[in-house]
Amino acid sequence: MQISREQMLRAYRQMVTIREFEERIHVDIQRGGIAGFTHLYAGQEAVAVGVCEHLTEKDKIISTHRGHGHCIAKGCDVIGMMKEIYGRQDGLCKGKGGSMHIADLDKGMLGANGIVGGGPPIAVGAAITAKVLKTGGVAVSFSGDGASNQGTVFEAMNMAVVLKVPKIFVLENNGYSEHTGFSYAVGSRDMVRRTEGFGMPVFQADGYDFFSVYEAMRQATELSRNGGGPCAVYAECTRFFGHFEGDPQLYRAKDEVARLRAEKDSLKIFRQRVTETGLLPGSDLDQVDGEVRDLIDRAVREAVAAPAPTAADVLTDVYISY
Amino acid sequence: MPKISMRQAINDALHLEMERDPRVIVLGEDVSGGAGGTSGEREAAGGVFGLTKGLLPRFGEDRVIDTPISESCIVGAANGAALTGLRPVAEIMFADFVGVCLDQLLNQAAKFRYMFGGKARTPLVIRMTCGGGMNAAAQHSQTIYPMLTGIPGLKVVVPSNAYDAKGLLLTAIRDDDPVIFFEHKSLYMDECEVPDGDYTIPFGEAAMVREGEHVTVVALARMVPLAIGVVDKLAAEGISCDLIDPRTTSPLDEETILESVRATGRLVVVDESPPRCSVAADIAAMVAEKAFHHLKAPIIQVTAPHTPVPFARELEAAYLPSPEKIEAAIRKVLGSR
Ligand SMILES: Cc1ncc(C[n+]2csc(CCOP(=O)(O)OP(=O)(O)O)c2C)c(N)n1
Ligand SMILES: [Mg+2]
Repeated sequence: MQISREQMLRAYRQMVTIREFEERIHVDIQRGGIAGFTHLYAGQEAVAVGVCEHLTEKDKIISTHRGHGHCIAKGCDVIGMMKEIYGRQDGLCKGKGGSMHIADLDKGMLGANGIVGGGPPIAVGAAITAKVLKTGGVAVSFSGDGASNQGTVFEAMNMAVVLKVPKIFVLENNGYSEHTGFSYAVGSRDMVRRTEGFGMPVFQADGYDFFSVYEAMRQATELSRNGGGPCAVYAECTRFFGHFEGDPQLYRAKDEVARLRAEKDSLKIFRQRVTETGLLPGSDLDQVDGEVRDLIDRAVREAVAAPAPTAADVLTDVYISY
Repeated sequence: MPKISMRQAINDALHLEMERDPRVIVLGEDVSGGAGGTSGEREAAGGVFGLTKGLLPRFGEDRVIDTPISESCIVGAANGAALTGLRPVAEIMFADFVGVCLDQLLNQAAKFRYMFGGKARTPLVIRMTCGGGMNAAAQHSQTIYPMLTGIPGLKVVVPSNAYDAKGLLLTAIRDDDPVIFFEHKSLYMDECEVPDGDYTIPFGEAAMVREGEHVTVVALARMVPLAIGVVDKLAAEGISCDLIDPRTTSPLDEETILESVRATGRLVVVDESPPRCSVAADIAAMVAEKAFHHLKAPIIQVTAPHTPVPFARELEAAYLPSPEKIEAAIRKVLGSR
């Protein structure tokens, strides 16, 4: 696998940024600074980053309710995101959207999405754009195991195959949709074969291992970018927190998260891999850790101090002209 | 009489009716939760707001059905089960998600009876959580009852308190037509006195929440408790209002509203939906048409603006009708003789 030192360090930085961002929000929510519903991505970092490391600004992604990781991996400004989650006037979406609707169109990030299954059809449209305008870009949708049961996702898969558009379905199976397990809600218990049944190849990855996701996505982009039509990347992974902040997680075995944090932490796995093989020295990674912690501290400080939106802001941006 | 929350009242109604009628089933996402989980805790949720708690252990998996995330099939299956002899109570977790499954309401459930020349019977209830106040942003905060009220063939219930919610839900489940039952998420924990046993509240019968002589105030759902606060405050100043809670928007109790307006000559309608094609506009138009000569002042509607629901605390607070806005409207309708 061809991956440069710089790129590895950047990938690590992205993964740590997601982790620190989420761990910090988990703490800050309990202090009452953050309103609304918040779904944390910690634990799944290797998927977002392994996928987005193959993408540039001409490539589009669309996310889910659990969107922070995808946003960071696609290059959204972390401080703007934190301000958005705090509902600030200069947040990435001016405080209008919040955690579930962070978007940055300039970065090719078409939004987190509060409607499960809302994203994949929109990404088919972005793939049509790429095809018609010959941008060379691909469109990527992220969906969970739960979303994979939504009719909209089936429609998007079939239509992408029919239209042979550059569309990559990233399927993140973290084992749960809210309080319900994958093995109950996905009738066939096999998202890979179900997706293949639509007529597209599925590249499988270990969702805890950045390098595995990176390799699967390399094959996916090679296919879709070069006129091969749609395909999917499937990764099993886990979330370290509840479905939403405040979820008592009664559906989960008591020691499950602790065990996964010990054994299946994508950051630890990355570190072990690159240091043991001599690809990167641990001191480089430590430095990244420190810089990211500073960045997140700064993001929170600036978000807390940022101005709140005003009543007049309610009325803006409903239309472009009216 | 015990004081219980609206959440408990709805949960009680579901228990009562499932006990009484073996044809009643409940289906939706995470209505019990826990299936396929690793803890072995089978009822790990009981609904994301706890509305269906206790149903699974009592009535079992055949009648308390956890579904995949598939709203079109949840409502479609409820339609089909209702057509063929069950009395389903389906749950759409947030009313906003009706966007995913509108066909099954708009073109299917609502129209079976009419299209089939009166032969079909579709006794189903779709419960859904609606409304703002939790900073849940644009896709989890809407009150879409105006849109569904506009569909002939559907009945629409919008309770404002625990007592009404229980009686209206029992009526809804026993009703032979499709009923959409809106539960405002900011009312779930509000408590009032609710009888233990079985009672029903007929559809199309408004509640006269307060009686007065100067102004008629009509309010829906969460706007009712807000309006009560304002009306009681103004009463101390000698401004007295009729406060009417229609409780169902389809059918709508026009007569109670008209009778009140004929006496007061002044109308303020309060709803948190956006203003266009809304229930507030519908009531205002009805009164303008049927009680025009009794009006002493232009009707005032207090609604959300014509925008999506914003996220930030300050924005949502500015978006939603507030006691201050309701009070200002009542004073204005009195001032402009
Ligand atoms: C149309 C729709 N139905 C239901 C929900 C409520 N909901 C939000 S997230 C979620 C579970 C999604 O599970 P999955 O797709 O596996 O994503 P994960 O939460 O595991 O990241 C549900 C049911 C929703 N937001 N939209
Ligand atoms: Mg999942």
